[in-house]
Amino acid sequence: MQQRRFSGSALHPTAASRRSGLRRLSACAALLLASCHQTGVLDPQGPIASQELLLLINTTEIMLVVVVPVILMALGFAWWYRSSNARAYHTTGLSYEGSIEFVVWSIPALVVILLAGVTWIGAHQLDPRAPIPVGAKPLRVDVVALDWKWLFIYPDQGIAAVNQLVIPAGTPVNFRLTSATVMNSFFVPQLGSQIYTMGGMTTHLNLLADRPGDYPGFSANFSGDGFSDMRFTAKAVAAGDFDGWVAKVRGAGSALDDPGYAELAKPSHAVPPATYRSVDPKLFDHIVEQTTQPAAQRAGG
Amino acid sequence: MSLAQVADYVPTELAVGRGGGGPAPTRIVVAYGFWIFLLSDIIMFSGMFAAYAVLSGNTAGGPSGRELFDLRNVFIETACLLFSSYTCGLGALSAERQRPDSFYLFAALTFVLGGAFLGIEISEFAGMVGRGAGPSRSAFLSAFFTLVGTHGAHVTTGLLWLAYMVAQVLVKGLRPHVLRRLLCFSLFWHALDIVWIGVMTLVYLMGAR
Amino acid sequence: MLGKLSWAAIPFNEPLPLLSAAVVGIVALAVLAIITKKGWWPYLWNEWLTSVDHKRIGVMYFLLGLVMLLRGFSDAIMMRSQQAVAVGDAQGYLPPDHYNQIFSAHGTIMIFFVAMPFVVGLMNFVVPLQLGVRDVAFPVLNSVSFWLTASGALLINASLVIGNFARTGWMGYPPLSELGFSPDVGVDYYLWSLQISGVGTLLAGINMVTTILKLRAPGMTYFRMPVFCWTALAANMLIISAFPVLTATFAMLLLDRYLGMHFFTNEAGGNQMMYVNLFWAWGHPEVYILILPAFGVFSEVIATFSGKALFGYRSMVLATLAICVLSFMVWLHHFFTMGAGANVNAFFGIMSMIIAVPTGVKVFNWLFTLFHGSVRFTASVLWSIGFIVTFVIGGMTGVLLAIPPVDFVLHNSAFLVAHFHNVIIGGVVFGAMAGYNYWFPKAFGFTLDERLGKASFWCWLIGFYLAFTPLYVLGLMGMTRRLQHISDTSWQPLLLVAELGAVVIMLGILFQIAQLYVSIRTRDSRRDLTGDPWNGRTLEWATTSPPPAYNFAVMPEVEAIDAFWEMKRTGTAGIPPTYEAIEMPRNSPTGFVTAFFAVMIGFALIWQIWWMAEVGVLGAAVTALVFGWSENREFEIPADEVARRERAQLA
Repeated sequence: MQQRRFSGSALHPTAASRRSGLRRLSACAALLLASCHQTGVLDPQGPIASQELLLLINTTEIMLVVVVPVILMALGFAWWYRSSNARAYHTTGLSYEGSIEFVVWSIPALVVILLAGVTWIGAHQLDPRAPIPVGAKPLRVDVVALDWKWLFIYPDQGIAAVNQLVIPAGTPVNFRLTSATVMNSFFVPQLGSQIYTMGGMTTHLNLLADRPGDYPGFSANFSGDGFSDMRFTAKAVAAGDFDGWVAKVRGAGSALDDPGYAELAKPSHAVPPATYRSVDPKLFDHIVEQTTQPAAQRAGG
Repeated sequence: MSLAQVADYVPTELAVGRGGGGPAPTRIVVAYGFWIFLLSDIIMFSGMFAAYAVLSGNTAGGPSGRELFDLRNVFIETACLLFSSYTCGLGALSAERQRPDSFYLFAALTFVLGGAFLGIEISEFAGMVGRGAGPSRSAFLSAFFTLVGTHGAHVTTGLLWLAYMVAQVLVKGLRPHVLRRLLCFSLFWHALDIVWIGVMTLVYLMGAR
Repeated sequence: MLGKLSWAAIPFNEPLPLLSAAVVGIVALAVLAIITKKGWWPYLWNEWLTSVDHKRIGVMYFLLGLVMLLRGFSDAIMMRSQQAVAVGDAQGYLPPDHYNQIFSAHGTIMIFFVAMPFVVGLMNFVVPLQLGVRDVAFPVLNSVSFWLTASGALLINASLVIGNFARTGWMGYPPLSELGFSPDVGVDYYLWSLQISGVGTLLAGINMVTTILKLRAPGMTYFRMPVFCWTALAANMLIISAFPVLTATFAMLLLDRYLGMHFFTNEAGGNQMMYVNLFWAWGHPEVYILILPAFGVFSEVIATFSGKALFGYRSMVLATLAICVLSFMVWLHHFFTMGAGANVNAFFGIMSMIIAVPTGVKVFNWLFTLFHGSVRFTASVLWSIGFIVTFVIGGMTGVLLAIPPVDFVLHNSAFLVAHFHNVIIGGVVFGAMAGYNYWFPKAFGFTLDERLGKASFWCWLIGFYLAFTPLYVLGLMGMTRRLQHISDTSWQPLLLVAELGAVVIMLGILFQIAQLYVSIRTRDSRRDLTGDPWNGRTLEWATTSPPPAYNFAVMPEVEAIDAFWEMKRTGTAGIPPTYEAIEMPRNSPTGFVTAFFAVMIGFALIWQIWWMAEVGVLGAAVTALVFGWSENREFEIPADEVARRERAQLA
């Protein structure tokens, strides 16, 4: 309806250029979005990540139903009611109209009520603590954030790894997480939720990888100079391959004993992936407890 | 005129009771502003109360409130402070009634009682530090010393202010601007009392159980 | 003797900070030299530095914001260019040590020393004029507040040259900000400069609330106050309620660092989660402190330039107060990922969405103010329309982030960074610029150049979208924030676009500098001779441009909302009344002297130069005692002098 009028020369120059400028911009944005290859949050590889992406897309669409008309109204009203437009009805009155007020309060309220329901249900269904309702017995992994690498302990298998997290695809993983130093955040975007890791405390997370693949992971909470290199790979492998990997790790490498851990805990950057063929099953609990003791502190930050 | 404008139309002479009376007199403005400052100070204290509530159990293997608090001293402190509020009030009334001699008497009593409170508190702190229960021993003790110590710092500032006000009255007399400042001091002193009730309850009474 | 301070504190072996420090030093010295040579010191001292006039103080706040915008923006350009080049194996030109300080300084400066001064400056200048009164409730305190803010800004800038700044991000989360993990003076600079300026802000809040509630022209009931005053009231009530929490929190962290206490340490029972809660209990109201006055600016600008009263005044007031109250109930949405559990997360998520309701109401009311209006497209109106479009998008991404499971994958990502820049730039900065263009003629007596103003707006708008749309996308692709180098090379095109956006914004800032320069040079052609260049609605336009020191020779009698519009309608504007003597507050050096000692105390405590700290405390105490003893804080302008000045203005 309004499209016809855009092409006339009687347009207010500012509004016209603004309109076309914005159209050019949105085209660029769409192109950008389309050109970026699907990674991270946009490429979910597990049920948690898929549900979270779905929530994101659905709620965005719900809100766009209000947001797009509002933007159009803003541009439209400003342009149509410009003082030079003789065809528009200008007035100095109309500072209150009950029916408009009613609509104005109702629309945001209704949208918020809808989203509130979505939020309540979503928050409970996707609670990081909630075990994933899949038949297979979950794999337990204990995660320790160090300066500036990740230690993964497999208490049931008695092995450990640094900066690589190997898990069987299709099996839920039950994480216990802590930090030996400052606050970090364990995050593998393609598998779903992140969770903070904090010294002296234990957080919990449950994730599942649907299919084999290599999924980048990192810390999502700034923790100091080596933060940018605090990356690891979450490798999901077929179930049989996982047992094979565990056996291989048990056969090679060093043991993560006390001196080994003390060495590992020293600050280091960009640590290449490594494994340990044995680990004290109580190591995680000791770390949680030790962090609250006035023990070793970082030298020099 | 639209509906809303008709509803808003209040002739100026009727606006007085509806906030339309023009700027308030100085005494009210000063007291109001100072009262708002006190409210903000109470919010700062509430941040410290919250920290204390969270950390009160984190004794890190060190002593807890039950082992450290001497409730007899706390009751004496409380009595001193509450009485000092009473004498402060009597001093404020004397000042308003232009009776400098009464004012000096009650100011002196307030000072002595406040000083007694402070003395007991300082000796309590010194005793705790001497027993190795200083603020760096545990989170609980950090929170305790900070909350109670901040209150004590306010009391100290109050006593210095009181002395300063007595000097002003001596030199300038009980003139309107001096009375305004005395009003502010009274509000401050009574507010400290209110905060102390909170400290006494949350820290000492609940901590000593 | 000098505590931890030594020659090693000056970065002789690091060219970048040394060079920038040298440039800043030379510019500062040049400015001082020019002032001395032209003999401007008496004028500056008497008219500005010791002024207790809210109009002067408002201008100084805004100027502080503009200057610090240049510093904060330089940090931004450095961050963008580092991220654009440090991809794959490249390490860029900023090692982590520097990069981490730069992003920490960027956030701290932009929030505390750009956005806050903009907003507080506008409120300071405008509110007493709109209320029809002579000044704020406590003029000397107003001066002290400004100078304490400036002291904080000075300390933060000192960290560029002497020592270093915090490397913790602008929030300073422990245990990273504790002594064990940040042993150098960086976090101390952060804490002391913010504690000092925080006192200033708190005092300003008390001042403004007392002014709005207790000092209004006769006849101005609450519902006849302009909407900007309502938003100022709400923002200042938030300042009074929130800043003391920050003061307490920083005090605790300082006690940890200086006296070995254990509020937030890993050991001895400290609780880092408590810091996060306390910080954000201040932090969330803080963003509403910033945005509410901006909303007020837009209400004034849109109504004036539509030639219509603001639509739905009462619901605007209700919405403002609702936002004020609700802003205290949402703080946990800043850390859904801390693991509070589904019930707690869902509660705070829902509360965060509820805040979107009054905000949405405001947007609709602005739209219906334009509806059937007669819209004039000045630069201020462009900023306002740009704001509505941009802020609505930012608000949408905010509601998205308020859903805990969605936040679990977007927390601390580039998406989050894009969201808060979206609402702060699109909301607060655009509001500050709209207010700047709108009230500039009132402050200085001539309007700003419109063409350059519009050019600057377009650059800011286009630059903003270029800079932050890629960040939204990158966040979805899995990029987290605060990265000194990026491993995924496929992200580089987007990062380059983001850098281009920053450059376009820089162009916008250059246009603003040009606008100011050109406007001053050609001011005679744009003089505001009537005091009402925009056909305004509220009382500030009933004065001359600039207003006399006493604002109104005779306090107006207010009979309706939009008091000045009503006066023009009934023909009562500009009628010379009978004059009475006016009492004015005297200028006072208290603010400036307090600031001097505040800087001394801050610097001394940062470097642990105890004797200097004691001298500073003594000096501050003496200043307070001298001020507390003083009388004769006012002087009187006799009635015939007032009459003479007024007649000279009208002539």
